[in-house]
Amino acid sequence: MHQEYTVIEGDFVNAGKASSSVKKTLKQLNVDPAKVKRVVVALYEAEVNAIAHAYGGKVLVDIDSDKIKMVVADKGPGIPDIALAMQEGYSTARPEVRDMGFGAGMGLPNMQKNVDKLNVTSEVGVGTTVEMEVNF
Amino acid sequence: MRCLKACPTEAIRITDGTAYIQEHRCIDCGKCHEVCPAEAVYVNQDDFGMVHTFPHSVALIPAVFLGQFPEDIRVSRIYDALMELGFRHVFEVESGANIFAEAKEKYAREHDDIRPMISSFCPAIVRLIQIKYPSLVENIFPIKAPLDLSALYCIQELQNRGIPREEIGLFYVTPCAAKIAAVKAPIGEKRSIIDGVINMDSLFNLTYRKIKEQGKKYIPHQSRTINLSSDAILSTLTNGERRICLAKKSYAIDGIQNVMDFLDKLENDEVEDVEFLELRACDQSCAGALLSYENRFLCGARMYARARKAAERERNGEVPRDRDMDKMKDFLLDNSTVEPPQPRSMFVLDKDRSKAFEKMERINRLKERLPQIDCGLCGAPTCESFAGDVVINRIGLSRCIFYQRHLERKDDITRQECIAAMNAVWGKDDRMKEE
Repeated sequence: MHQEYTVIEGDFVNAGKASSSVKKTLKQLNVDPAKVKRVVVALYEAEVNAIAHAYGGKVLVDIDSDKIKMVVADKGPGIPDIALAMQEGYSTARPEVRDMGFGAGMGLPNMQKNVDKLNVTSEVGVGTTVEMEVNF
Repeated sequence: MRCLKACPTEAIRITDGTAYIQEHRCIDCGKCHEVCPAEAVYVNQDDFGMVHTFPHSVALIPAVFLGQFPEDIRVSRIYDALMELGFRHVFEVESGANIFAEAKEKYAREHDDIRPMISSFCPAIVRLIQIKYPSLVENIFPIKAPLDLSALYCIQELQNRGIPREEIGLFYVTPCAAKIAAVKAPIGEKRSIIDGVINMDSLFNLTYRKIKEQGKKYIPHQSRTINLSSDAILSTLTNGERRICLAKKSYAIDGIQNVMDFLDKLENDEVEDVEFLELRACDQSCAGALLSYENRFLCGARMYARARKAAERERNGEVPRDRDMDKMKDFLLDNSTVEPPQPRSMFVLDKDRSKAFEKMERINRLKERLPQIDCGLCGAPTCESFAGDVVINRIGLSRCIFYQRHLERKDDITRQECIAAMNAVWGKDDRMKEE
């Protein structure tokens, strides 16, 4: 089952649209609530990242009966040092983003914690793609 | 039709001109009752005559019951009227509020790994979480509501006075449908100790009529009224529990939609460090309950007035009567827990995930063919729920009026079949007969 969502730069108001809709689907599929929560938390973080750091992007979700694959691909500045970005507390968020309560440097580490597979690819000046998988 | 849209769990379907509630999805919030123009939704109650069959019948009244009466009617007069109606004893449900608060605090201290803790006060909320937010079920306090604690106290207290249990008839005066369900089918308890339930609006009628009949000829009895503490009186109103809980970061949220909006966020981990949640299904909590006759704000204002008087007495050193319960505190605390509520996830399409997956794909395909305007003419609240009904309950797709037009254009359906499909939902409409 394939779902697609568009993420718009700076549109914090709509952050969580994709994760909420995925949540509803997974509940209907009788996925363990603890796993649903992991999926939702990770996807929400990725959504917020694309909104806060990039110029928008796309969320592609593929669900089958034993796992979910999520791809959040943005057009944006990219991440020069992915290993550094994976460290807790490391953040490049602008002050105005931090003022909104985002950008604590927990995004990628939080995703890592909640998914079974995480793959981040990035090209500076082009964009970042976050691929995540959670097995049910 | 209005109920269809008002139901927060999409539990209502219309068939044959009648709205049916799917019980497994119903959380007894009473929203359908509130909007029904035909008064087709009613709240079952026990026969009032039952009150006379027990030598020691007890009226367990909620504080909002007293808030129904005009301010010039004293609490003692309401108690007297209840006695004349056949009750031998009157207890107030909120007497148990302080013990309830203590039991919650104790549990929260012992389980500091579970946060936020969600109050078990409102039974509609407990059911909502079971059905719609299964991942939050373990956050609900597995603790008896004040009603059950007070009921326990009543029975114990009367038995201590030498009255045998079989002579005691405990009647709960309920402000809402959810509390009736909590008594008749309690969550986490095998059987309730309450013998009967009386609707608050009908008891208000009986009591107020009694007071009017007496008029000026009224001679006060020596009924012992219960001077509740101000905390206890206010505990059923919004913020009532929050103001006496020790949690630093807590929220009090009333109104089922507000609660759902918040729980959606909480479930996504979008709200951090919350310690305690007081959630109530009704706007203005129990003052806005379904069977509350009085305007919710006026009822609330009267309760505040009563609480102010109680607070003044407390300042003057008087010990509130609900503190009587303290003598049984240990016993009540020991008996305050219930089995934790279990998830009852009713939105699961199939227990077998691959079957659920298959059904969902069929539903999604079907959804694309529906207009997505959620008109409700098919008898289901949304296009999505209708698609689910078609796939799961094999309801005919021709009940969708838009899909019908589509079939008509293709000559796949006759006019007679169209009419039959609509009649299946809305019943035969005699007004449409040819004149």
